[in-house]
Amino acid sequence: MTAAAPNTFRAGPDERGFFGLFGGRFVAETLMPLILDLERAYEDAKKDPAFKAELEHLNTHYTGRPSPLYYAERLTEHLRKDAPAGKGAKVYFKRDELNHTGSHKINNCLGQILLARRMGKTRIIAETGAGQHGVATATVAARFGLPCEIYMGATDVERQAPNVFRMKLLGAELHPVTAGNGTLKDAMNEALRDWVTNVENTYYLIGTAAGPHPYPELVRDFQSVIGREAKEQMLAAEGRLPDTLVACIGGGSNAIGLFHPFLDDKDVAIVGVEAGGHGLDVENGHAASMNGGRPGVLHGNRTYLLQDDDGQILEGHSISAGLDYPGVGPEHSWLRDTGRVEYVPATDREALDAFQLLTRVEGIIPALEPAHALAEVVKRAPRMDRDRIILMNLCGRGDKDVFSVARHLGVSI
Amino acid sequence: MSTSRIDRRFVACAAEGRAALVTFVSAGDPDYDTSLAILEALPGAGADVIELGMPFSDPMAEGPPIQRSSQRALRAGQTMAKTLAMVRAFRAGDRDTPIVLMGYYNPIYSYGNEAFLADAAAAGVDGLIVVDLPPEADDELCIPAAKHGLNFIRLATPTTDDRRLPAVLANTSGFIYYVSILGITGTASPDTSKVAAAVARIKKHTTLPVAVGFGVKTAEQASAIGRTADGVVVGSALVNAIAASLDGDGRATASTVGAVTGLVGELARGARLARVAAAE
Ligand SMILES: Cc1ncc(COP(=O)(O)O)c(C=O)c1O
Repeated sequence: MTAAAPNTFRAGPDERGFFGLFGGRFVAETLMPLILDLERAYEDAKKDPAFKAELEHLNTHYTGRPSPLYYAERLTEHLRKDAPAGKGAKVYFKRDELNHTGSHKINNCLGQILLARRMGKTRIIAETGAGQHGVATATVAARFGLPCEIYMGATDVERQAPNVFRMKLLGAELHPVTAGNGTLKDAMNEALRDWVTNVENTYYLIGTAAGPHPYPELVRDFQSVIGREAKEQMLAAEGRLPDTLVACIGGGSNAIGLFHPFLDDKDVAIVGVEAGGHGLDVENGHAASMNGGRPGVLHGNRTYLLQDDDGQILEGHSISAGLDYPGVGPEHSWLRDTGRVEYVPATDREALDAFQLLTRVEGIIPALEPAHALAEVVKRAPRMDRDRIILMNLCGRGDKDVFSVARHLGVSI
Repeated sequence: MSTSRIDRRFVACAAEGRAALVTFVSAGDPDYDTSLAILEALPGAGADVIELGMPFSDPMAEGPPIQRSSQRALRAGQTMAKTLAMVRAFRAGDRDTPIVLMGYYNPIYSYGNEAFLADAAAAGVDGLIVVDLPPEADDELCIPAAKHGLNFIRLATPTTDDRRLPAVLANTSGFIYYVSILGITGTASPDTSKVAAAVARIKKHTTLPVAVGFGVKTAEQASAIGRTADGVVVGSALVNAIAASLDGDGRATASTVGAVTGLVGELARGARLARVAAAE
């Protein structure tokens, strides 16, 4: 299913919120007027220099941007050891794990909370999987003095205990969701139900580049600071663009943030890494919607979804709570079908191995989500020539994951 | 446009000077056979229009009662094909009671839109309510549905203001479903005076019948809303009655069908009383 390549990959979405077949606004009527308001508010904000200036100021002084571009010299050497002669690309990381709150999620949260304030909303709600988005949302809500309620699947509440406590410390009210399997999709359903009930005063701060239009667009725009900085930093460091970009895909926000500024740079290969879980051949054992799903409609947009033959949504599985979502942002579905971006899976096992490798070789404990991206770097860099450059989005740090990694490694702490 | 079974039923109820009782159950809850027995018993118990839920794993606008009802049906093996088979079986014995399929877009999209519309029309379905298809998405299913002679019933909500109402009404047929609360099914109860004002507001824009639902649980509420609306929709209360009738393992018992028809009977008396009370 490959559509004709467009002149530019950076023009979407269209005015109805579609990227080709994907995206759109598939929501209940109660929400429709709100979504249209949000779109207008965002269009206004984009044109307002004061909005841009305030966001840039916060990015610099609150988050700590720009995040460094780091040449992972020891990892590069390590991967060259077993590579054929002349092989082994240079590995760079975009270090968004150094951001305040420990991941890229804050980039989006700051943008959206400024939008919420502009719209006069007085209450913030969000869904969270790994808890990183929940923590980032609770953080900006505290910073702006707005009450905040977070929906989190009961299963995730258990496997992400440190983030649960962080959210509470930050003053957020946490609602564990027991519906379904109690993971991210169920949390998103409950957040949408809350929004339908409290539309008048509530802003729904979605954590990834999915949901009804204009969310995929605005989340992408707020995350694109990653790719814009990376481009500039790479030109300064190497005098040229990278050959390959790699990022992990949950809903796809860190990935689209890195990818989008490079989409029209034809010589840059782009790779998104989905959660392969126990393997794509294990039914309902992975969360790779673009490699193991088909197009459908959920949570306000048409996109690749994990679903059964009858169109019922599957829960999916990943070792990483942040990748454990049965859908993906619609722009990725479109980039997949146009062939601009290649999407590959990495299994739980491969991610765990990559997690440990980076920790030992570079002294950086990555989150389990970017550990999936790293698993692909580990496979790909040794096949590339030595003068090639591979840039990976190290979008989160692993402090939140040390307990669950210990469990998987059979260590009790 | 030729009149549909839905049009005829609302006209008939209006001629009797009463609101239509619109009842919702999920297809296949708690199992196919019991669900079909409930369906077949509904008209006799007083249901004028039947809304049949197409179970979905992620019913975004539903509260816990209908979420659980949907889950029971899915666990019992309900599929879209079985839902359409259930309508066919019902239609073999009842040529007059309108059936509206209600649900979410993905199971339809997965079945294939054209195949679904053709099979639904052939099975004897009269109308569709698809919660996550707003007028902005009319070319997906709403306009094709009309070509198959199926009504497309749209939800209007308290957030649908006068500016937006014409767009919501544009391709709506059969009736308009006014969602009486901000929120999901099976939670808050509507404020009847606000509902009356909203119905009056909608009627300024359309000649279609206006049915009101979300949060109607008792005969008294049905009666109060039936005073101003052309139809009263009850769903969560009925699926709660199903839930309460099940055994410890969640299986149907001898009382399951009666639990639903008993409540429908009470609600029908409420809806019938409405205009009598209004006239006094
Ligand atoms: C560190 C980290 N990376 C990635 C993700 C996945 O989200 P996305 O694909 O939107 O970047 C999450 C989600 O929680 C996360 O915490």
